[in-house]
Amino acid sequence: MAGGPSSDMIAELRTRPGRNTWQAAATRWTFITLSLVFLSALLIAPLMTVFSMAFSKGVDAYFHSFADPDTRAAIRLTLLTAIIVVPLNTVFGISAAWAIAKFEFKGKSILITAIDLPIAVSPVISGLIYVLVFGLQGWFGHWLIEHDMSIIFAVPGIVLATMFVTFPYVARELIPLMEQLGNDEEEAAITLGASGWMTFFRVTLPKIRWGLIYGVILCNARAMGEFGAVSVVSGHIRGLTNTMPLHVEVMYNEYNFVGAFAVASLLTMLAVVTLIIKTTVEWRGYRGKAR
Amino acid sequence: MAAYQQKSVIPGFGLTFGYTIFMLSALVLIPLAALVIKTTGLTWEQFQAVLLHPRSIASYKLTFGAALLAAVINSVFGFLVAWTLVRYEFPGRRFLDALIDMPFALPTAVSGIALTAVFAGNGPIGKYLEQFGIQVAYTWIGVVVALTLIGMPFVVRSVQPALLEVQRDLEDAAETLGASRFTIFWRIIIPTVLPALLTGFAMALARGIGEYGSVIFISGNLPMKTEITPLLIVIKLEEYDYFGAAALGFIMLVFSFVMLLSINLLQTWGRRRLVTSTR
Repeated sequence: MAGGPSSDMIAELRTRPGRNTWQAAATRWTFITLSLVFLSALLIAPLMTVFSMAFSKGVDAYFHSFADPDTRAAIRLTLLTAIIVVPLNTVFGISAAWAIAKFEFKGKSILITAIDLPIAVSPVISGLIYVLVFGLQGWFGHWLIEHDMSIIFAVPGIVLATMFVTFPYVARELIPLMEQLGNDEEEAAITLGASGWMTFFRVTLPKIRWGLIYGVILCNARAMGEFGAVSVVSGHIRGLTNTMPLHVEVMYNEYNFVGAFAVASLLTMLAVVTLIIKTTVEWRGYRGKAR
Repeated sequence: MAAYQQKSVIPGFGLTFGYTIFMLSALVLIPLAALVIKTTGLTWEQFQAVLLHPRSIASYKLTFGAALLAAVINSVFGFLVAWTLVRYEFPGRRFLDALIDMPFALPTAVSGIALTAVFAGNGPIGKYLEQFGIQVAYTWIGVVVALTLIGMPFVVRSVQPALLEVQRDLEDAAETLGASRFTIFWRIIIPTVLPALLTGFAMALARGIGEYGSVIFISGNLPMKTEITPLLIVIKLEEYDYFGAAALGFIMLVFSFVMLLSINLLQTWGRRRLVTSTR
């Protein structure tokens, strides 16, 4: 989030001649109005619609929709996926940032680009590649059948596809941050006899904590909300391989709008909480990397 | 390893570098290679037959066309919003600024069903547009609307920091020398923010072409008419046509690589411009 005009800047602008003309005021209000209209139609109207549709048959119908065992199974699966994926990608992100930011080696920029790849590819491709590796006609398809295991159309596939799409989130937040913070304090700690782990937990971790929180919450939001990649590998088996976003789709296509928008309202609240935490971290002075 | 990595007193290079390479290979590089290898299993004729099938071509036109149009709309309105947020103070500015990131945080399926409800013939905005004979949901316009929502934050977040860099002194100097507002805009502001604007445009375009979740609800998914390329891949997978899916996926992957490279080049250009301009 880039900041707005500082109060100094505004005060200074007011003193400038020619800034208080009717032209300046007209431009200002045109810009603000157009921005508000654009954002209202595109952002605010859909957000409000999620809740108005979810509550369209009343509060009881809204809460009743969460009694559906398939909905509960979808919520459980989404939480399970996030609990597996987020810690794994956090460890990966810290590890990648440590290797990339603290050391000089050849091919570093290629490595950074490779880590960013999952953000650049379509979510559908993210699911497709795992079908090609683990699906029936895939590389390990026969082996998996022989050993009576399934990855595609099962929970492991959902976890893998989610790991892929959220793979760079923590790493790309920590790499620039750790590069910027430098190595001086770590080198001092090591020279004074601290172990590598101690240096990480006592010196590095406190310095990078806001960036880490930032990366983790964005990773979590994407993990819980991923649709395209998971849709390709899940097989949409009700109560078994439907995550919350997939369950929204299933109910929506069955014209169960209250049910679909009720689950969607939970995901919207997750997004709102994510943005609140993100904004709080930014107000504490951490400037996130632009997406 | 010793020659590859420069000497440092900090430990843990072997462990973290090894783990990074292992995870990257296992999760990203090897699966992506599977897509490329699967595609090479096709003969050139088979590959062409999939890519040049009329249904595929219709899907490219919609996907690229809608993503391009959405990116253009976002360049105009994204710039406008970024300008408003950077230059003006008004009640609710910080709230609006935080809200810009909503499309990043909101699951795409939720954006999809919500936009459909808003723009359907009986929706809060759709019913007014309907009176003018404009149908948004289940047409290509709906695809553009969805992609505009998805791409919006890329442009705003890219342009905002660049607008903060515009040197007010230059604007003042131009004004005292008698330049009009438009001259100042075209000769001072646009050149400064152009690399950032193009980066945001490219990011929105790249994201729009790959987008799936928010589009499939509002598009109606009519073959040859409102079917995007990612959806065609999903349909091929559902028909167990793995080779067809791989061929289309391969093309999209190549395009993603090209876009990733262009965005990196644009960012490098922008950084260089910024350094030279502040000297």
